[in-house]
Amino acid sequence: MAWQKKILRVNLTEGTCTPEPLNMEWAAEYLGQRGLATKYYVEECDPQVDPLSPASKLIMATGPLTGTDASTGGRYSVITKGPLTGAIACSNSGGYFGAEMKFAGWDMIIFEGKADSPVYLFIENDEAELLSADEIWGKTTWDTEEWVHTRHQDPQIRVSSIGPAGENGVMYACIVNDLHRAAGRSGVGTVMGSKNLKAVAIRGTLGLNTIKDPARFMEATTAAKKVLVDNAVTGQGLPTYGTQVLMNVINEIGALWTRNHRDVQFEGAGKISGEAMHEPRATDGKPNLVTNAACFACTIACGRISQLDKNHFTVQNKPEYWGASGGLEYENAWSLGAATGTDDLEALTYANFLCNAYGMDPISFGTTLAAAMELNEIGALDDVDTGDDMVFGSAQALASLVESTCKSEGFGVELGLGSKRLCEKYGHPELSMSVKGQEFPAYDSRGIQGMGLAYATSNRGACHLRGYTVASEVLGIPVKTDPLATEGKAGLVKAFQDATAAFDSAGICIFTSFAWTLDDVAPQVDAACEGTWTLDSLAELGERVWNLERDFNLKAGLSGKDDTLPKRILTEPAKTGPAKGMVSKLGEMLPEYYQLRGWSEDGVPTDETRKRLGL
Amino acid sequence: MQRSLVVDPKKCTGCMQCEMACSLENEGFVVPSRSRIRVFAFHDEGRYAPFTCTQCSEAWCLHACPVNAITIDASTGAKVILDTVCVGCRVCTIACPFGTINYASNSGKVIKCDLCGGEPACAHACPTGAITYQDADQTGLDRMRRWAGESLSSATAQ
Repeated sequence: MAWQKKILRVNLTEGTCTPEPLNMEWAAEYLGQRGLATKYYVEECDPQVDPLSPASKLIMATGPLTGTDASTGGRYSVITKGPLTGAIACSNSGGYFGAEMKFAGWDMIIFEGKADSPVYLFIENDEAELLSADEIWGKTTWDTEEWVHTRHQDPQIRVSSIGPAGENGVMYACIVNDLHRAAGRSGVGTVMGSKNLKAVAIRGTLGLNTIKDPARFMEATTAAKKVLVDNAVTGQGLPTYGTQVLMNVINEIGALWTRNHRDVQFEGAGKISGEAMHEPRATDGKPNLVTNAACFACTIACGRISQLDKNHFTVQNKPEYWGASGGLEYENAWSLGAATGTDDLEALTYANFLCNAYGMDPISFGTTLAAAMELNEIGALDDVDTGDDMVFGSAQALASLVESTCKSEGFGVELGLGSKRLCEKYGHPELSMSVKGQEFPAYDSRGIQGMGLAYATSNRGACHLRGYTVASEVLGIPVKTDPLATEGKAGLVKAFQDATAAFDSAGICIFTSFAWTLDDVAPQVDAACEGTWTLDSLAELGERVWNLERDFNLKAGLSGKDDTLPKRILTEPAKTGPAKGMVSKLGEMLPEYYQLRGWSEDGVPTDETRKRLGL
Repeated sequence: MQRSLVVDPKKCTGCMQCEMACSLENEGFVVPSRSRIRVFAFHDEGRYAPFTCTQCSEAWCLHACPVNAITIDASTGAKVILDTVCVGCRVCTIACPFGTINYASNSGKVIKCDLCGGEPACAHACPTGAITYQDADQTGLDRMRRWAGESLSSATAQ
């Protein structure tokens, strides 16, 4: 089992909370979390629905392994239709919130409609109620969590909330839980804000007593944990440097896009790297990094906890940012740093703290700011008051504009649109470094060719967490492939995409896949859940989830024509590094990819494929 | 030889594997709210600290119990609740200065760490060595070794 077999349906318009049984037929086909919640969403919502209207829904979902002692078994996801993309959105988060939902007895929560005035959902085991959020509307996610603990006199309540960014309609607002873990991408916080839902607060004391075969499950999880310990990436690299272990590596292979992706190597990479976070600062002799930290059940512990130099210009008069909090991961260090050409580690950390506190995706923010900097440079913003001297490399501009975007003030309102809408508005859509409206993450697909295909075909817009071929092309996991070659990449991308969908549907973290394959996941799922789960059935499950998402996107109005990349990536060669002279050769990979997927030349799943996967 | 649970908070990452293992061992399933060991996060300092019963020699809980439901396990030195005797009066929870003995409303009894009869599940489950089960009389040995090493190297340098 491992499911609680119970979901909570919250109608915000009516103000009702209604339990209902989990659809176990769907659970057998879609497992949980990403897969199962997507199934619920597509069955219940019109694909053409306006993502920010009351007719759309927002689902918070756990997987069967969430709340178990399987390593990293603490994940939850938010599934909805994304406002940036108009495509299916699924954002995954760690921390402790997902496990708490499970311990309260719920597999998922479906939010529908829109509340008349701000509310938060309070759950204590099987009791759930909507309460007024008037007092916390406008507060940061940090203050919201503290308020909830005080209001209910219980510091053990886990809270997931939006900040002012989500309330004010920043298009890439996120949902933050446990202070610095986030369902970060695709504007899921914007959707939550559109429903007047400020927070979900859960206290669960019931535990999880539904593992199918506890003894075999213990054997499987113990063996899998050993695999993580023995692997150099999950056993050493990630605990020591976090995902920031990649900064210098990706820069060296010439895939660290810089200054709105004009360059592929950043001269300041070393200063904002994982290694730099360990170095004592010249100013106060302390390193930026305080410690590493784990999410629930995680035996890797890649999380970064950082503390700023109190005398840094960003926080001199802001004691609320003097404490330790969630530090820079590779993506954030890249987007706030290399993408904007900024090498001030403290300023990036400050910007990251604000993104957590105000509930905003730093990847999309940094990339949007980079686009604005380029618009400014070419004179497209001459008639606009952008506040500071918004030029590449300015830590002052970064610090000031992250704050105004978080608070939706001044030019920050424009930055809150995301790069696609911003660049269209000012007449240069080609400067938006995005796919389907969602900004790129931190790997240049000129230097890592497989990622170009992964970005172009990702069901939620540009994303590294939908098919991370970097593992193979750069790190040699599970086998090394040439990052500059296109041969074989269609198959590689498909395999990564399908496997990832299975990991995401199980309730575990995709970072385990640096060490685990589905061969390591299958025994854990099989011992925990009803039914028979093998490597093959999980791979097929992943493929089914992928096609379900694709099918929804096609019905929502997207087509194969949207499986593309910005002109810059397809036509402007990399200027330096190993990929010098190369562009992203998407056209060489896409037709083969469609073929391998069992899709038509236009990128539509054929009847045969649909039948094979039971769609 | 008696052993003690030794906690090195610097090594704790806050993963909660100890809480899950404890509840699994003592309750039969994963229910961290009934774990006898709890992990605390001190967010502003970036610190985590697991905490549980230290098995006091003159245990407040044992002396406070009006029905003698708390006994000493001779092999481990653990103070152990006799569920058949405990009446759930909770006087022990008031007596314990450390808060490590608590009432469980599901059973109507109190619960505390009993060292799992000499094989504590939390120490076994801890992935970072933040919780270990060591010779009760030598729990300072690692720190002594560290200080010895440091003083020795500075003495040599001089």
